[in-house]
Amino acid sequence: MALSLRVSGMALLVSALIGIPLGAMMGLSRFRGRKLLIALLYTGMGFPPVVVGLFVYLMLSRSGPFGQLNSPLIPELFTAGAMVIAQTIISFPLVAGFTMAAVMGVDPYLRQQVQALGATRWQTVQSVLTEARVGVIVSIIAGFGSIISEVGAVMLVGGNIEGSTRVLTTAIVLETRKGNFELAIALGIILLSISFLTNVAMLRLQGRTFDE
Amino acid sequence: MSEIVYHLKEVTKSYNGRRVLQVDSLDIQRGEILAVVGPSGAGKSTLLRLLNFLEPPTSGSIRFLDSEFSPDRTPPLALRRRVTTVFQRPILLNRTVWANVAYGLQLRGQREFTSQVQATLEQVGLTSMAHQRARTLSGGEAQRVALARAMVLQPDVLLLDEPTANLDPYNVGLIEEIVHMLNAKQSASLVLVTHNVFQAKRLAHRVALMLEGQIAEIADVDSFFESPRDPRTAAFARGEMVY
Repeated sequence: MALSLRVSGMALLVSALIGIPLGAMMGLSRFRGRKLLIALLYTGMGFPPVVVGLFVYLMLSRSGPFGQLNSPLIPELFTAGAMVIAQTIISFPLVAGFTMAAVMGVDPYLRQQVQALGATRWQTVQSVLTEARVGVIVSIIAGFGSIISEVGAVMLVGGNIEGSTRVLTTAIVLETRKGNFELAIALGIILLSISFLTNVAMLRLQGRTFDE
Repeated sequence: MSEIVYHLKEVTKSYNGRRVLQVDSLDIQRGEILAVVGPSGAGKSTLLRLLNFLEPPTSGSIRFLDSEFSPDRTPPLALRRRVTTVFQRPILLNRTVWANVAYGLQLRGQREFTSQVQATLEQVGLTSMAHQRARTLSGGEAQRVALARAMVLQPDVLLLDEPTANLDPYNVGLIEEIVHMLNAKQSASLVLVTHNVFQAKRLAHRVALMLEGQIAEIADVDSFFESPRDPRTAAFARGEMVY
């Protein structure tokens, strides 16, 4: 359970750090190639996790372009680091896409009005993101949901090694195959509980906005 | 009322090659209320956006508080923060009335603003609503919050873009009273864009008529209404269509 939370938590953090600024930028600015970037982002939102796993596997394997570099900065296959990379690729398009939609939903005149009150460009972006906070938190919830329950990619790049890369989802697959249904069900309940509690915490972060 | 706050020289603004504003010369003095009247699409709101430096002019220069700006030279933040706008349709932040009024001060890095916010809320008659969510207010109350969040900044220039359009007579009266008080107490220059010639008559020291992006006539309020030079001004003052 701890490894599941550590891997998915780290992947979510990286996804939020990339996805929220990217989503805000795409929602707020108009530039050449924006439509193509949006199309790519939407495609990324529907990436089959197992294909992402295959892609990361090929990149990080010893004969792959990154595996060949032998750099200490690049994680090896069958490590938690490789699983974080795969989960980040799965979740960041969701975080960026939902953030973009949330930012585009904020009244466009708000930007002009906060600028008229003396906001810098950065303060304007902050204000828009704060106004779009319900949608931004939904983006994080969606990103988390896509990776905490994901099995294909982590199985491929992690290898389901006991004590090293075995997470809740891959453990459930293994115990089911072994016929240990009680243990598989118990692990499933733990996974659902983690997901439920995390979403409750996120909803609390949204504050009273939903009550209005 | 002798100090010149703004001096516009041969300022134009075009969008996609279409010229929407052409002001050959315009001075705005400290402490005056200048009303800008004219039909829709005459360039009034564009003029305000240029005066608030929300957009650069396409050509020409704007001298503001002894510094000159052109399409290539935009004012620094500190100078830009000495002018603000109250818009026709205020977009308030999804926070309390108090937080909305304090917002501009927070942007300026101010940490202690309790007394300023309190005093401003009193001036606009919204003390009892300080902790109410701003988005639950009526149109008139929301516009008073918008005025309060601008007033609390004590700007040198306050631009008002049809602040009383679509409001009931009670709120129109209240806002006009606040505008008067603001001008008298803070000696701020006010540029008021309005469709309402009677409001211009009640509030302004000078009135400018804008037609097709140009200033057709600008004069003291009495001259503008009593002895206009341009026949279109006389027609506009009588409430006739002018194009």
